[in-house]
Amino acid sequence: MTNPPFDLTACALAEAVRSGELGALETTDAYLARIEAHDGALHAFHSVDADGARKRARELDDARARGEAHGALFGVPIALKDNMCLAGQEASCGSRILAGYRAPYTATFVQRLLDAGAVPLGMTSMDEFAMGSSGENSAHEVSRNPWDPTRTAGGSSSGSAVAVAADLAPIALGSDTGGSVRQPASFCGVYGLKPTYGRVSRYGLIAFGSSLDQVSPFAHDVRDLERVLQVISGHDERDSTSLPIEPFEPERPAELQSLVGLRIGVAKPYFDAGADPRVREVCEARLEVLRSYGAELVEIDLPHTAYAIPTYYVVATAEASSNLGRYDGSLYGARTGGDGSLQSMFAATRDAGFGEEVKRRILLGTYVLSAGYKDAWYNQALKVRTLIRRDFEAAFEAVDLIAGPTSPTPPFALGERAGDAIAMYNSDLCTVPASLAGLPALSVPAGFTADASRLPIGLQLIGPALSEGRLLRVAAALAAAPDAPPTHALDASAGGAA
Amino acid sequence: MSARQVSGFRREGNEWISEATGTRWVAVIGLEVHAQLSTRTKLFCACEVTFGGEPNSRTCPLCTGQPGTLPVLNGEALELAVRAALAVGATVATESKFDRKNYFYCDLPKNYQITQYDQPYCSGGGLTLPSGKQVRLNRIHMEEDAGKSVHDQGDATLVDLNRAGIPLIESVTEADLTSAEEAVEYLTALREILIYVGASRADMEKGEMRCDVNISVHPIGEPWRTKVEIKNLNSFANVSGAIEHEIPRQIAGWESGDPAREPVQETRLFDVERGATRTMRKKEGEADYRYFPEPDLPPIDASERFVEELRTRLPELPAARRERYQRELGLSAYDAGVLTAAREVADFFEATARLSKEPKEAANWISNEVLRSLSDDEYAANSIDELPIRPFDLAELIGLLREGTLSTSGARQVVREMLKSGKAAGELVIELGLQQVQDDSQLEAWCDEVLAAKPEIADQVREGKTKAVGALMGAVMQASKGTANPQKVREILLRKIGVEE
Repeated sequence: MTNPPFDLTACALAEAVRSGELGALETTDAYLARIEAHDGALHAFHSVDADGARKRARELDDARARGEAHGALFGVPIALKDNMCLAGQEASCGSRILAGYRAPYTATFVQRLLDAGAVPLGMTSMDEFAMGSSGENSAHEVSRNPWDPTRTAGGSSSGSAVAVAADLAPIALGSDTGGSVRQPASFCGVYGLKPTYGRVSRYGLIAFGSSLDQVSPFAHDVRDLERVLQVISGHDERDSTSLPIEPFEPERPAELQSLVGLRIGVAKPYFDAGADPRVREVCEARLEVLRSYGAELVEIDLPHTAYAIPTYYVVATAEASSNLGRYDGSLYGARTGGDGSLQSMFAATRDAGFGEEVKRRILLGTYVLSAGYKDAWYNQALKVRTLIRRDFEAAFEAVDLIAGPTSPTPPFALGERAGDAIAMYNSDLCTVPASLAGLPALSVPAGFTADASRLPIGLQLIGPALSEGRLLRVAAALAAAPDAPPTHALDASAGGAA
Repeated sequence: MSARQVSGFRREGNEWISEATGTRWVAVIGLEVHAQLSTRTKLFCACEVTFGGEPNSRTCPLCTGQPGTLPVLNGEALELAVRAALAVGATVATESKFDRKNYFYCDLPKNYQITQYDQPYCSGGGLTLPSGKQVRLNRIHMEEDAGKSVHDQGDATLVDLNRAGIPLIESVTEADLTSAEEAVEYLTALREILIYVGASRADMEKGEMRCDVNISVHPIGEPWRTKVEIKNLNSFANVSGAIEHEIPRQIAGWESGDPAREPVQETRLFDVERGATRTMRKKEGEADYRYFPEPDLPPIDASERFVEELRTRLPELPAARRERYQRELGLSAYDAGVLTAAREVADFFEATARLSKEPKEAANWISNEVLRSLSDDEYAANSIDELPIRPFDLAELIGLLREGTLSTSGARQVVREMLKSGKAAGELVIELGLQQVQDDSQLEAWCDEVLAAKPEIADQVREGKTKAVGALMGAVMQASKGTANPQKVREILLRKIGVEE
């Protein structure tokens, strides 16, 4: 150990705290100090609950002193996205309309983390209501990419990705609707896993697109992803769309790097559709590593990929237009007066409370559900969604998993796409198909652009429903390769810890 | 209910005859009825369903629309909804779904209502009214109720969310009705059957049953004309009043020859004070609800097995019971009707009939004494279940009567006492000294006494005026303070007088 706790995985950290090698409070203090030192520049956090985190860490130390050091994440700090409910904590969703809103209850997945001994440090920055791919749609602060602060960290789970990449937290949760965890994971050079839809309860995750949203972890390490998924997954009776299955169990192959017999589909459309040559090069190099471990690479076509972006932006915005209806200033959140009538208060509140992108999507979603347009837009999108799902079903007859870039480009500059909604939407090209199909997908750190910019690039692995174990096994094989890229953006020794 | 007289019209059955033109008009009416399912908890959360309570005391993060909450379907609500469907002979869909109906209002916390749009859980079915009229149902669907806005607090509007999320079923009839009388008859029958199968308490005063009326008029033999919806009618009287006002209003509009007065497709409200309907909103102002499938709830899976299981647990319905009571138990149509109007009465009757093995006696005692006590303040009970008397007690009484231990008048006395105290019949017979005297020597002694006192009546009997024996019997009954067995007294008197029957 050179600089504990920052160079420990979450699994190792939990072991160290359980064994008494590290104190929970000591660990938490170290992360809080590092946040203090770096977050002014990075803006990973929207709110840090230092007092709450220390109080909880002390309780864990006390529990350990009593011989009650249990829990898979015992004493492990974690960052939560600002759209997650922890009773008494602000959950503002990156929006003015929920600024200061404190959740009256705790999300199921947050409760499961607490039960496992995790220590929430605070809530991370995000695009308003998770609508965005750069973090720039936050009404509060905009996260910076720790590998290059002039660039975006991706979005919408920007702050959670930055927190992990910059070691402001060993693990973090984001939410992925159309790539909101995978894309920032790719941009920040860490792992981001979107589980199968229904694997993790959505109870307590503030909704954007209900049929797409999935709580998703970020980590530096494959084992850490497994650990977090193990803790937060499994049926929840409070979420009728959560699958009636047991928590995730990792696969434990005897020989880690042997991928003999594994058929990997190389997703041609994800490479073809405007992928930056630097992205293509890095991803192809990783595929070669997989081939060297015995995997068979098969080029596959997913014929309806071109329709994924419009389909996604119809389905997600339709759901969002309804989900965001409740923010009207009457029961909670910000209220703006109006002229005294109820409808004008609603209108004034929503006009002042929502940012431009959220308004754009509410209007879009309202339009596609409107009488006379619904068949052409919403109902049509549902049909195409089925076709996209079938693309995957057909592909998985021939291959075990699908690989391709997570994002068509490396992290772009802040401000570069801010004025161009379509360009921004297109950065989701490789991530929305798996979202529409409800499939598990993992962004693996693949390397860095070969040019002087040295920007992180992610390789996306997509599997059939509930094949997270397979995806993680392949990721573990890649991580064990000698040229696996580093995932810590800042020099750990330069951290704020003593 | 008798038809109201409206100036300018003559009524003949369901026809409205315009005195000005002589045209015969008829109305076409369909009803949409919201009934609250009698669940313990709300449709999608665990909040208790109670009437009243401190405003907003029956709420939780879900039914106040807090971000991140998710609905979970109450299984009891689905069961009760299916029972209601089966009770009206409807078809339960094996798969149906919930949808969101989006509109902004302060008593709708999420600004969308979870309802069923194009795949309701139930279709078809209908009711045969006591008059023989058939009313078809188009569909029934489940939905959550909204909260309540209170507007009478000065400038402020207050919102009570205790009702928000309460489970409702909305049943929609075909346009099979033609008059206020039929509408009320239908509502009465629907209410009765919902209560019967335990699906709803349907108490209109508590808002557990509400009705919207769709209505149009046309001259007999002509095509149907524009329909108008009258919303939120919360009593049978208001349903009747609204229809009775709306029919002549529409006819007058059509007959006026003034296009501006012709009925238009709109939603109207019934102003109870004025006894008249008025415009709430015109068609063009109607909201676009942007229905779409509720993504937070999987499709409702009502398997055939689940539905059949509920069907077997359904009580026998009033019409079937009425028919059986007449056919198998030999009751009159009237008695059968009285006994089946409420499920608990029918259950009480059947238990009494079974225990006493005297269905007709049981029917008589229940319809004459037991049910009468419910409208008598002396007994302070509103339903048969609240009375202290149980079928076993009544059966015992019927037995004592059959054995001759008790006279009919004595039995009436005992029943009235049982209805108050709940004591057993046998106990009361002794307590009230009502055992009939069966002992022949005592009976003969009383008869001798009476014959000695009234020889002239005995003579009349002897001369063939057998009926006069009644006067002697009355005297014996008086002497025995009602404890003599009248049948035996008669026999003894006639024997002593020397007359054979």
